[in-house]
Amino acid sequence: MSGFRTLFYKEWLRFWKVSVQTVLAPVLTALLYLLVFAHALRDRMEVFPGVDYVAFLVPGLAMMSVLQNAFANSSSSLMQSKMTGNIVFVLLPPLSHLEFFLAYLLAAVARGMVVGAGVLAATGWYAGVPVANAVWVLAFALLGSGVMAALGIVAGMQSDKIDQLAAFTNFIILPLTFLSGVFYSIRTLPSFWQSVSHLNPVFYMIDGFRYGFFGVSDTSPWLSLLIVAGSFAALSLLGIQLLKAGYKLRH
Amino acid sequence: MTAAAIETRGITKRYGSVQALAGVDLRVEPGEFFGLLGPNGAGKTTLISVLSGLARASGGEARVMGHDVLRDYREARRALGVVPQELVFDPFFTVRETLEIQAGYFGLRNQRAWIDEVLEHLDLTAKADTNMRALSGGMKRRVLVGQALVHKPPVIILDEPTAGVDVELRQALWSFIRRLNRDGHTIVLTTHYLEEAEALCGRIAMLKQGRIVALDRTDRLLKLHSGCYVELRLDGALPDSLQVLVAERRDDGTVRLGLPDYGGLENVLRILREDGVHIQELEVMQPDLEEVFVQIMRSS
Repeated sequence: MSGFRTLFYKEWLRFWKVSVQTVLAPVLTALLYLLVFAHALRDRMEVFPGVDYVAFLVPGLAMMSVLQNAFANSSSSLMQSKMTGNIVFVLLPPLSHLEFFLAYLLAAVARGMVVGAGVLAATGWYAGVPVANAVWVLAFALLGSGVMAALGIVAGMQSDKIDQLAAFTNFIILPLTFLSGVFYSIRTLPSFWQSVSHLNPVFYMIDGFRYGFFGVSDTSPWLSLLIVAGSFAALSLLGIQLLKAGYKLRH
Repeated sequence: MTAAAIETRGITKRYGSVQALAGVDLRVEPGEFFGLLGPNGAGKTTLISVLSGLARASGGEARVMGHDVLRDYREARRALGVVPQELVFDPFFTVRETLEIQAGYFGLRNQRAWIDEVLEHLDLTAKADTNMRALSGGMKRRVLVGQALVHKPPVIILDEPTAGVDVELRQALWSFIRRLNRDGHTIVLTTHYLEEAEALCGRIAMLKQGRIVALDRTDRLLKLHSGCYVELRLDGALPDSLQVLVAERRDDGTVRLGLPDYGGLENVLRILREDGVHIQELEVMQPDLEEVFVQIMRSS
């Protein structure tokens, strides 16, 4: 498995070397969201009973950053390697498709976790966010970033050009994360939009993650866990199968 | 029988409606310096891609050092180092990191001494800690060669390694690759510079439209083109009976005659003597690989 270790290390180095862009920038973005939304909505938004809106917002923003960055890492790394042609460096060695998948997946999860930890560290201290159960927090952070990392691998393999991947990010990832209850509790929505929100898998990631902090959620954390774990399994299976077939990689 | 360095049987490859390889049978023995020639689109790079796992054959079998490139891909890839044609690099890393990472993919760690040696041979020691982006094209090419060598593969394939490379570097590269060949590595080379293939390769295969149209020792291929050329400068007009032999006429009055064999030279000299035409300059020339290549590509 040492080929896997090197590929994981390479993928880690790849984002860590440009951490101003890949870690610091998303933390700053989350901080800006917090400042603006907290100021604008603090007294107007009803969330969970007894939970301050700013405290409610912090885990949502942290999870949104985790998810977006996990997706960005695996998808852009693969797409760029394909575009520049340096993907041959990982296709020529005796790496199995499973090693390939795990290395890209775990590096993307790692970036998601680093960014998420950064957002929590930068915002959690003054919002006074409690941690009801750290196991739920970690489970949803890991599984949620795993879903997005696996989706990123699929999207990165599928995309041949920057604009294809940008379309995927802007028209699928961004709406799914924005409309997942990061900024509001879906209980405040009209019932039609509540039902629509339940079709969005990202809603369960955010809701379950938040449950770990407050011990309260819009839906059962077990249901959320089941849906997130199911999504992870399905997307991983798809990613592994595509890699095994060499889809758009080995012609 | 020991395993061939490279062996393919009936390899075909189709991209949509394009038949890139139409049944290639090839056997390259360990220790050979082998040339793969052919015009653009003949299938050279496709064949290399099939051997290295970058492409999957539509039919047939391919082995590297006896390992099937699909069933036994780990061993096959371990035995093979490929220098790709495109000048690719990862802009996130330095030269040393690039080589260390490449070695790591093959399960080799702590290769500092060997990587230092590779850097030294490729004249890259001074650039070891420079980012790949900051290197010139020739240096990037050398790093690519280094990346193909870090796992000490017995078989090395170079896909047009000297395209766009200056003369000095080309010489240095070839002396290094010759040394690798002397040390026992099997070298397979594709190139557009036929004089390079002629000078370096012990055997040559010529590809055309996905098929091997010639495969032999380089010296035998050169003899295939029977006959020779004679370039003459005369003090008078070329006799009429020799006009049929003219292959080329230069502005300075030199004529080039194509002869079926060396015996034909005697005939030429006799006619000139009988017509009282004196020879000012005479040069007899053997056909080179380029002429053999052109002839084979035309006739096949």
